[in-house]
Amino acid sequence: MSGQTITLHYDIDAVDFSTAGEASSGVKRTLNKLGVNPAVVKRVAIAMYEAEINAIIHAGGGAADVEITPEKVIVKISDHGPGIPDMQKAMTAGWSTASETVRELGFGAGMGLPNMQRYTDDMHVESKVGEGTTVTLIVNIT
Amino acid sequence: MSEGYRHSVMLDEKLCKGCTNCIKKCPMEAIRVQRGKAKILDSKCIDCGECIKICPYKAKVAITDSWDMLSEYKYKIALPAPSLYMQFDLNTYSRKHIIAALMELGFDYVYEVARGAEISTIESNKYLHEHTEKWPLISTACPAVVRLIQLRYPNLIPNLLPIKSPMEIAAQNSRREFCKMKGVEPKDVGVFFISPCAAKMTSVKAPLEVEKSGVDCVIPIKEVYPKILKLLSKMKNSEVDKIMLQAGKYGVRWASTGGEALSIDSKRVLYVDGIKNVVNIMEDLEDDRIKNIEFIEASACTGGCTGGPLTVENMYVAKNRSRQQLEDEPIPYKEIEPEELENTAWEKMIEPCEIEKLDPDMFKAMEKLNQINEIYAQLPALDCGACGSPSCRCLAEDVVRGKAKTTDCIFILRRKIRMLANEMMMVNSGLDDVIERNAAEAENENK
Repeated sequence: MSGQTITLHYDIDAVDFSTAGEASSGVKRTLNKLGVNPAVVKRVAIAMYEAEINAIIHAGGGAADVEITPEKVIVKISDHGPGIPDMQKAMTAGWSTASETVRELGFGAGMGLPNMQRYTDDMHVESKVGEGTTVTLIVNIT
Repeated sequence: MSEGYRHSVMLDEKLCKGCTNCIKKCPMEAIRVQRGKAKILDSKCIDCGECIKICPYKAKVAITDSWDMLSEYKYKIALPAPSLYMQFDLNTYSRKHIIAALMELGFDYVYEVARGAEISTIESNKYLHEHTEKWPLISTACPAVVRLIQLRYPNLIPNLLPIKSPMEIAAQNSRREFCKMKGVEPKDVGVFFISPCAAKMTSVKAPLEVEKSGVDCVIPIKEVYPKILKLLSKMKNSEVDKIMLQAGKYGVRWASTGGEALSIDSKRVLYVDGIKNVVNIMEDLEDDRIKNIEFIEASACTGGCTGGPLTVENMYVAKNRSRQQLEDEPIPYKEIEPEELENTAWEKMIEPCEIEKLDPDMFKAMEKLNQINEIYAQLPALDCGACGSPSCRCLAEDVVRGKAKTTDCIFILRRKIRMLANEMMMVNSGLDDVIERNAAEAENENK
C-alpha cells in the first residue's frame, strides 16, 4: 500500500433536486486533477450520480464518502432510508419502486443499481429494512 | 498547431489596470493578475472572447489581420459570415446591397459563408444518419467549443462532428470556383473571412482539424462595418441587381442560435449558447445525463455568432433581424453542385490536451492535492480575486504549482502582519523591562 490517500466527504441534500450530482461532479474534478484516465473518471461519475440520485429519491438524502488511492476509487453512499427489502429484485434492470412524482421528473426507470454495477469493477450493497442502505462502489484506476 | 501561434485573444498591457473583471469572468480560469497586469495562460485559453466583452478598459483585444492586407494579393475573395448581414438595417438594405458593397470595396468575388453552411448541413445530415453510434453528435462550427472539449472533455472528442466548418468549406469552394472562372493561380488569390469572433482567427492560424486553413486573412466585422455602412446608401440599383445570392435562408440563419440545429434532419436536437451554459451541457453529456438527443449545437457566445465579440450591433437586435430575414426569404436552399460537396470531412482527428493534471506521477499528484486542500483551508473562501487568482481554490493550486504565494492573499498577509506586530509588542515589552532594570541597577551602583 502506497499510503497516499485522498478522502472526500459530501452531504447529499434531499430537498433540492437541482443539487443532485454535485458530489459526483466534485469527485470528477478531483480525479481530473489527479490525472486519472478520462474513461475511468466517467465511469466513477456515472455510477456515483446514480447512487446519489437513489439516496435522494428513496431515502431523503444521505452522505457520500470517497476514498481515492493510486489504485482505486471507493465511493460509499449511505442513507438512513427505508432499506431494500428484496435485493434481487432491486438489482433487476427496469424494476423500480419510485413514486409517480419521481418518475414524472424523469427518474425511477429501474436502472440505478444495474447501471452502478455496469460502470464499476466491484460493488456492495448493505441494507437493513427500516435502518438504511450503504452502497459501496469500487472502480480500479490501474 | 503552427509554430509560435496559439491565441488571438491578447492583452494590451498599457490599457490593463490589473482589475479582477476578466479573471472572474473567464470560464477556463485562464487569466491571472500578476504584478498589476492580467496574464492569459496560453495552455488554458479557448479564445471564447468573454474577457474582451467584460474588460471595462478595452485592454483585451483580438489580434486579427488588418484591412491593409488586401493589397498583398492580386485577387481578393470576401467570405462574409452570416452574422455580418445582421449588423445592418435589413428593412432598408438587402443582403444584395451588403455583397455589392463588398465588391465596391475592392473584392473580386464574394462567396457567402451561408452557402458553406448549407453544404455543411447536407454533409452533417449524412454523417448523423450513418453514425448513430456517435449520438449525440456535437457541432464543430464554433471553434471555442471545439477547443473547450479538447481541453476539458476528452471523453466527448468522439462525439465531435468531423465536418469542416462553413468557413473552411466556403474558403475551398470559393478559391476553386474563382480560379476556374478567371483562369488564375490559387496562390494569387487571397481569401478574407469577415469574422464575428477571435476564435475563428485562431482556427485559421492554428487549425486543429485541417492541415492548413483555406482562409488567408481574418478581418473583424467591426472593422468592415463602417466601410460598408458608408457605401450602402450610395449603391446603385444596377450594381445591386447584378448580385446573385448564393445561399438561402437555411444557411443565413446560422447567424443566430438554433440556426444550425434547426436544419438538422432530426427532431431530437438541442441548442445551447453562452459558454457557461455550454459547459453545463457538456458536463451532463459526459456523465450520460442527456438522453435521446441526436445532435447538439453549441456556441460560446450568447445569441450565437451575432453575439460575437467582434460584432457591432446589439445581439438581440441582430437576432430579431435574423428571424425577420427568414420569414421574408423565399428560398430555403440553393442548388448545390456535387463538386462543392467534395473534401468536406476533417483531415485529422483532434488530440486531447490534459491541462488539469497536477503531476504526471499520480502519487505526487495526490500529495499536491492534499497540499492544495491544506492551503485552501487557511484561505478565507471569499473568492475576492485580490490575489490575482480567480478563486481561493485556484490560488491554493497556484501556490502548489509554484506560481503564487499564500501571502498574495491579503487576508493571510493581514493575519501575518498582525502576528508580527504582536510579536514586536512582546519583544518591545521585554525590552522595556531590561531597560528599566538596567537603569535601576545603574542607580543602585551609583548609590
